[in-house]
Amino acid sequence: MYGRKVKLRLFFVTLILITLILTVFLILKSLEENVVFFQSPTEIKTLSELDTNKIRVGGMVKKNSINVNSDEVNFIITDFKNEINVSYSGAVPNLFAEEKGVVAEGFLKDRNFFSATKILAKHDENYMPPEVKEALEEK
Amino acid sequence: MFKIFEPSKIFQITSKAPKYILFLFVIVLTVGLTEALILSPEDYKQSDAVRIMYVHVPSAWISLGIFSSITFLSISGFIFKNKNFFLIAKSLAPSGFVFNIIALVTGAIWGKPTWGTWWAWDARITSMLILALFFAMYLVAWRIYEKEQKVFKITTFITVVGIINVPITKYSVDWWNTLHQPASINILTKSSIHSSMLFPLLLMTAAFALFSLLIFLMKYNTELIKIKNKGLDRL
Repeated sequence: MYGRKVKLRLFFVTLILITLILTVFLILKSLEENVVFFQSPTEIKTLSELDTNKIRVGGMVKKNSINVNSDEVNFIITDFKNEINVSYSGAVPNLFAEEKGVVAEGFLKDRNFFSATKILAKHDENYMPPEVKEALEEK
Repeated sequence: MFKIFEPSKIFQITSKAPKYILFLFVIVLTVGLTEALILSPEDYKQSDAVRIMYVHVPSAWISLGIFSSITFLSISGFIFKNKNFFLIAKSLAPSGFVFNIIALVTGAIWGKPTWGTWWAWDARITSMLILALFFAMYLVAWRIYEKEQKVFKITTFITVVGIINVPITKYSVDWWNTLHQPASINILTKSSIHSSMLFPLLLMTAAFALFSLLIFLMKYNTELIKIKNKGLDRL
């Protein structure tokens, strides 16, 4: 139906696409550590050696773990398997709350203690009016 | 092949269409904005900041959609040696680029009160920035190269390379840990957005789609007039 040239051009574009997809896939695969925005407490626990560079830890703020002192906020980030203690001095974002997502940027003191220089609140994919939220909680 | 794409016949339709599209756009936008800014409820957690989402999400969808369409049209144009496909792609690009920028800017405005930062180098946001760069490259390429065959090849190449970024943008929130939340709207599973918020979101998407269509028709008509003026009746 189509001429030889058309088929050749189709083959050419397909070849380029396959090559590019493979290349990008391999690059992203090897860079996975840097593509992720934060690490979970479990990933911190399984680190072979402590990272002294600035890193980010993310997860949920554990229930009843926020402790506000005069100049410091202490809380626990959990991924429901492992936990890490975080200390931070400064203002926290409005959406920072217990049982909500959080990303802390800073330095590891040891495998269980993290000193944050910046706190970001992570928003989840749930959108609903307050009344619906109340109705859900009553259930 | 593609004889139906005679410019004079297309022009008969596309030159009349914009006024109807504009009329429809104004109606849908008015209803959409009223729903999004006044009638829809505030969010239980982020309160009124959720209203930014009604501009942010449709813009992001449309920019991704337009880039995919441009790629499809360019590749088809390249394979079948059809000039019209390239002109449609060229006319689509500006609104895609503008909506991409709108998505980035509204995302930053939303990010400051919710996350606590304007910008984060996470996979979703970075890949969206890369998409904007590809749009910019595509648009600049059309302005730089005078020779038709050359510009067709170069723009096709830009879209073929750039299209790899589209699924990465879409699935970045599922593949990696990102600051950006995962998709709320899923076709196969239940959506995690309440119907009272989904409705204005879809209306705004329709409004933005109509706006893209309007800009596309205006751009495309200009291209057709250029061909007419050159005294060519075939594309």
